[in-house]
Amino acid sequence: MENSTPQPLEKTSYELSQPGRQGIRLPDPDVPLTDIPADLCRTDLDFPEMGELDVVRHFIKLSQFNYSIDKGFYPLGSCTMKYNPKINEDMARLPGYAHVHPLQSQGTTQGALALMYRLQEWLCEISGFDAVSIQPAAGAHGEFAGILMIRKYHIDRGDVKRTKILVPDSAHGTNPATTSMAGLQAIELPSDKNGDVDLDVLRKACEQHKEELAGMMITVPSTLGVFEEHIVEIIKIVHEAGGLMYMDGANMNALLGVAKPGELGFDVMHYNLHKTFSTPHGGGGPGSGPVVCNEKLAPFRPGPVVEIIEEPQDEDDAPLYGWVMPDKSIGRLKAFHGNFGMHVRAYAYISAYGSDLPKVTHYAVLNANYIRARLKGTYLMPFDRMCGHELVIEGHWPDKAPGVHALDISKRLMDYNFHPPTNYFPLIVPEALLIEPTETESKEVLDSFIEAMLKIAEEAQNNPDLLHSAPHITPVKRVDEVKAAKDLVLCCRPTHIESAEAQ
Amino acid sequence: MANWKTPEDLKYAKSDEWFRVEGDVVTIGISDYAQDQLSDIVYVELPDVGATLSAGGSVGVVESVKAASDVYTVVGGEVIEVNSQLEKEPESVNSDPFGKGWFIKLRVKDLSPLNGLMNAAAYIEYCSSR
Repeated sequence: MENSTPQPLEKTSYELSQPGRQGIRLPDPDVPLTDIPADLCRTDLDFPEMGELDVVRHFIKLSQFNYSIDKGFYPLGSCTMKYNPKINEDMARLPGYAHVHPLQSQGTTQGALALMYRLQEWLCEISGFDAVSIQPAAGAHGEFAGILMIRKYHIDRGDVKRTKILVPDSAHGTNPATTSMAGLQAIELPSDKNGDVDLDVLRKACEQHKEELAGMMITVPSTLGVFEEHIVEIIKIVHEAGGLMYMDGANMNALLGVAKPGELGFDVMHYNLHKTFSTPHGGGGPGSGPVVCNEKLAPFRPGPVVEIIEEPQDEDDAPLYGWVMPDKSIGRLKAFHGNFGMHVRAYAYISAYGSDLPKVTHYAVLNANYIRARLKGTYLMPFDRMCGHELVIEGHWPDKAPGVHALDISKRLMDYNFHPPTNYFPLIVPEALLIEPTETESKEVLDSFIEAMLKIAEEAQNNPDLLHSAPHITPVKRVDEVKAAKDLVLCCRPTHIESAEAQ
Repeated sequence: MANWKTPEDLKYAKSDEWFRVEGDVVTIGISDYAQDQLSDIVYVELPDVGATLSAGGSVGVVESVKAASDVYTVVGGEVIEVNSQLEKEPESVNSDPFGKGWFIKLRVKDLSPLNGLMNAAAYIEYCSSR
């Protein structure tokens, strides 16, 4: 036998296709047929031909190779993989929400508009800001909105030289990317030994770029999982230099009911509803990244946004909601009104918690610190201080287990049935593993994760090959990351189409 | 502990680039320490020949399985040659960072910013302290 590549675990739907096989039979039409213009028709259509049972088995098999929060612990740092309560799904599937069309008249969509209006109000209340747009479709989209608002604010005042945005070196990669996309220039700021922004460097940068400073983007708590100790001072320094403060709200799970970015002095921030407010994410989401801001930036919000157009006549009456474009809006950022299904889920989530919302943060921070305390001494910690909702450790022991890397620890965790933490981010911590347990995990789950981590630390010294060759129990074993990054195969198409195109 | 190579005839920047000076031509690459930290390098983006780079500006981007990082130059000048082999074999930055893994050659008018860089001994000390 030839020693070829291993058999795939499951064939593609094209490989499973059998000519003439059908999954459905359409009823005879009960309306007169219309001829479709010949130039709009084609003679062949390359869809796989499969029976219904083939399709069901195919996708069930694929789903079983998958790992999700419903299957196990998923401590993927910076992503807030908390459990998504099923009640949210029930609410999003209510026919009045699921079947509403964005082009329906205002009079027939008052229920949906009321929900969006209340969600807008809550997002302002939770963050301490004055105004909001729930249109952006994801976190980076919300960032893009916020930076465009800052840019337009300066231009609107005739201050057109302000094109520089300060970004700490611990930032999410999306921050400098957003800055560039908005036509501005990112300036990287180094962190100090504690993981905070180096204030002297910040002061110097503000002085040097005083005329051109558009603002600063910063994540609180930082991506290192620590609360920026000088945040009020940082905001003051940037404001004095004429810049505005953008907060990356990715880590809002550490702040709910505990601190309000608007009150700290920030000018604008985005939420990730799919992180903080538990709308499903991973595998395409979709996400939702509302942007919230103070009065100063309110006129520049993307729109339209929901407002009360007519106050109720009496107590029993409801207000009339409608769409309003903020007067100096940066414009529309998405077709229609954002990912409405996510608005419904986030609304359901916030409603369910009500005044208990701060407990989300209390338990998220407690869980992260519990893991931190129990791994301390076994794993290197770059910062010996309380963490927020996540913690960063160093996944290596240069002296005791040379050759073992963070990636090996992550792969080995899969053998213990855990999703690995975030690897190699933040970039400024060597062999970083960023662990975010979230508030939804019980002490038993945390303990079993900790036991696995402690055991892996022993294995790293006594039997490092076990780590290098991991994972052993997953359907797909260790993948070739270099090949995956270099030899891109972006889609899988029927071989006869590929060969036709090659000719 | 890892044992990083640091050729004596080069100057080193805190952002882990090396600089080789031959007359008014400066060759730039990334250090052995940098390639070790990045691990397997899968892509290198370089400027066009003829482009003018400013001192402190970006030379290009190096991408590994871990991360993408900017590569900087402390001196400005005109790009007279780029290592186009890196397009096909970015892994030579890992295997031979000071030889086959060089990035670009610049024709430089003002060499003075190089005076602020570290020599091999200072750079080893700097890397070990991180």
